[in-house]
Amino acid sequence: MTDITNQSLNEIIENVKTKKVSSMELTKAYIKNIESAKKLNAFVTTTFDQAIDKAKQFDNRPNFDQLLPGIPLAVKDLFCTENTKTTAGSNILNNFIPSYESTVTKNLWNNGSFLLGKLNCDEFAMGSSNETSHYGNVINPVGDQLVPGGSSGGSSSALAANLTPATIGTDTGGSIRQPASFTGTVGLKPTYGLCSRWGIVAFASSLDQAGPMTKTIKDCAIMLESMSGFDEKDSTSINKKKEKYSKNLKDNIKGLKIGIPKEYRVDNMPNEIDELWEKGKKILKDLGAQLIDISLPHTKYALPTYYIVAPAEASSNLARYDGVKYGYRSKQGKDLVEMYEKTRSEGFGDEVKRRILIGTYVLSSGYYDAYYLKAQKVRQLIKKDFDDSFTKVDAIFTPSTPSSAFKIGEKTNDPVSMYLNDIFTVPVNLAGLPALSLPAGVDKQGHPLGLQLIGKTLDEQKILNIGFAFEKNCSFKNEIKKWWS
Amino acid sequence: MSKEKFDYFIKGEKGKYEVVIGLEVHAQVLSKSKLFSGSSTKFGADPNNQVSLIDSAFPGMLPVINEECVKQAVKTGLGLNAKINNYSVFDRKNYFYADLPQGYQISQYKNPIVGEGKVLLDMPYGSKEIGIERLHLEQDAGKSIHDMDPSNTYVDLNRSGIALMEIVSKPDLRSPDEVNAYIKKLRSIMRYLGTCDGNMQEGSLRADVNVSVRKEGDKKFGTRCEIKNVNSIKFMQMAIQYEAARQVELIESGQEINQETRLFDTKKNETRSMRSKEDAHDYRYFPDPDLLPLKLEQKLIDDIKKSLPELPDKKKERFIKEYGLNTYESNVLVSDKEISDYYEEVAKLSDKKLAATWMMGDLFAMLNERGLDISKSPISAKHFAELVQSIKSGEISGRIAKEVFEIMLETGDNPKKIIDSKGLKQQSDPKELEKMINEILSKNKDKVDQYKSGKEKLFGFFVGQVMKSSGGKANPQLTNEILKKLLNG
Repeated sequence: MTDITNQSLNEIIENVKTKKVSSMELTKAYIKNIESAKKLNAFVTTTFDQAIDKAKQFDNRPNFDQLLPGIPLAVKDLFCTENTKTTAGSNILNNFIPSYESTVTKNLWNNGSFLLGKLNCDEFAMGSSNETSHYGNVINPVGDQLVPGGSSGGSSSALAANLTPATIGTDTGGSIRQPASFTGTVGLKPTYGLCSRWGIVAFASSLDQAGPMTKTIKDCAIMLESMSGFDEKDSTSINKKKEKYSKNLKDNIKGLKIGIPKEYRVDNMPNEIDELWEKGKKILKDLGAQLIDISLPHTKYALPTYYIVAPAEASSNLARYDGVKYGYRSKQGKDLVEMYEKTRSEGFGDEVKRRILIGTYVLSSGYYDAYYLKAQKVRQLIKKDFDDSFTKVDAIFTPSTPSSAFKIGEKTNDPVSMYLNDIFTVPVNLAGLPALSLPAGVDKQGHPLGLQLIGKTLDEQKILNIGFAFEKNCSFKNEIKKWWS
Repeated sequence: MSKEKFDYFIKGEKGKYEVVIGLEVHAQVLSKSKLFSGSSTKFGADPNNQVSLIDSAFPGMLPVINEECVKQAVKTGLGLNAKINNYSVFDRKNYFYADLPQGYQISQYKNPIVGEGKVLLDMPYGSKEIGIERLHLEQDAGKSIHDMDPSNTYVDLNRSGIALMEIVSKPDLRSPDEVNAYIKKLRSIMRYLGTCDGNMQEGSLRADVNVSVRKEGDKKFGTRCEIKNVNSIKFMQMAIQYEAARQVELIESGQEINQETRLFDTKKNETRSMRSKEDAHDYRYFPDPDLLPLKLEQKLIDDIKKSLPELPDKKKERFIKEYGLNTYESNVLVSDKEISDYYEEVAKLSDKKLAATWMMGDLFAMLNERGLDISKSPISAKHFAELVQSIKSGEISGRIAKEVFEIMLETGDNPKKIIDSKGLKQQSDPKELEKMINEILSKNKDKVDQYKSGKEKLFGFFVGQVMKSSGGKANPQLTNEILKKLLNG
């Protein structure tokens, strides 16, 4: 048999079900890959012993009716995992071992999978390149000088390098879709409320959403089905019937109306992105979809709005890391206030501090109305733009990012240019909508590029279907050479 | 009852000053579990034994509203004759403290669950209405313990996340007495409703007290100071007295009053500056993104309204009408639901007016002395009613009744049995009494002569002699009548 880790999740599941490969063989194959890929720095923690135990248990008493039978999975280190260290990429949680399991990961385990390890990410998911992690930057398997995107950079890197058959990330402003785009993989940010936030280290509560990162659309559907679902422990969770995304996957998109927003053509955007977008439109058109020009007039305000709302919420969400109850505590402080100051100044990295400062500022009395309140109003307008468009179209089609993966260190001293990388992904989070990043091509240097499908609230099935049809007709193949082992 | 005039002013050298007081009362909601978690709210558990991952703010933990607490707040709002808001929002109030695990308190800022209402106070100078500005739900913080270790502070999170109702009054209070009446009234209403046990020793009821002063007759309010977290009525009153006097002194000496937060030092009986307006916390309130706005259906509010018990104001009116009590008696007897229940049981079986008098006299004195709630009274309402009835029927005198009351306390027996077995029945046969009195008068001829020549004070002496020889059982009214007849006749 060829290297099983080259296969898609769906193929692997079929092989497990038909007993062509055991859970143990599979697990060992991934462990071998992970051990030889230390250069990528995708993992913060590995749980090999535990995974071997679980694989053994599965093989002894297999249940092939599960969605993820005996599948080892690595997950972003933002998901709290019971008895396994959870760092959120931060020094302040360098010793934090949760006594509980996040709802999303628990759902995955309940569907037959088990934990292979915890994946590196930007500190508290704040970053677009995985360079803000306390545990070092992650390298994109596409090229040894390239960032894997962020904040779910460990996830995208591990997936693209065959270190996990599929994975999950979180997406607050593009943290699933942008890394997926940078690594030639599929990433889905579900509708806000589809996946429970319970047990996920919070960044910006009104924007955070967990989602799958996979090699194929079919895999994405399987993962979404496994991880999503109503959770009464999350007040913002949507109470609705579970859907069978993978079973209902269809590649017939004839007659669907696809909106093309004119505002997603930005200044200084490389021609390649435009060309890719055109190529994508042609594929959809050839499949019988109808392209419709639309306008989302408030798009240009999305990024500034995001950089008020997200830091505001973050500044409050991160107040709990004070050295009193768990996590890192500085030994230097002479009194309570000094202990706070030292703990937080030693525990948080620069990007996190920058956002706490911004967030604190925009919520301060005298500035609240001008920043936070105004941002909330603009957010409503952005949402309304989408609502209006969705009366005319079934989905919206845009580029995922304004560029392919950039070089490590290229943007670390220019936060605004870093932030601009999320320009196409951020509006979706502000509107709470589902959006899918599809691998669609490569640029001149051979670096992958993605296109984005945005759906109506809870219309994941439709964008998955469009993605499914697109994937079959796009002829994109991720050519990653294994240079790291 | 004669009406007194309101007269609480601070007298300065340059005139009289009116004291203006507003209260922010923090009342702990009676509920089994906390406002946003399933942890128990029971008082007195070992430190950190009633703490969930949510209360201690572990990463990824999310609050879920406890519907019971919402209903309790609505109930309280209705009891305060207040507007219930169908739409309210939970906000985060951000500040750092060791016993505030989240780094913010979940509270309600711009959109509270309950809006304006009012509370009626019965003051000696008449009834007074105190406006309620709002009532909102919020989380309590934990407790920092500084005195268990010389170099460390311990934190107990049992209280962390317990639901509080903050009830904000309008600045309508004008004296420590009114504050006393207001707190007692709030407490009474909440106990009737079962929404707060009002136990101040256990911290279930605390208040921030806002105090300002102004020259009598001035329309404009003075600059106020807020005295934080005072946990007894007595301390509130002391703090107000001190603070008002301090402010008058400042004004009279030509100084400014700084708007600031102050602490009341109960040992030194003074308030001290905690922080000025300039260093006031910027709480950076914003809507909690973990919680959706709270939307209440009108039906829920209406259903709660229908289920409300009779509240003290209504009950007071009924007691006056139904039992012929005066305002004072009625007020006392309705102040506590259990007292009013006890009274109604007694009144059903005996004389209503006399029952009130005896309850407010001997029964209350006994309970007070023993530090008992009426629910723990050693004398049941039924026995107490029998005692009242025995007095009313003339079977025993008031004096003997006191004796019977004491024996009831000791033995738990019913009064009938005590009266019979001890032969305490009142002597009410006029013929026998007259015979006895005649004997006494003939034994004291000299005193009779003195009485007749004008020394009328001696009347008491004769009554005493009658009581003495009857062992206290002579019917006092009858004794008086016969004595008068024989002496004056």
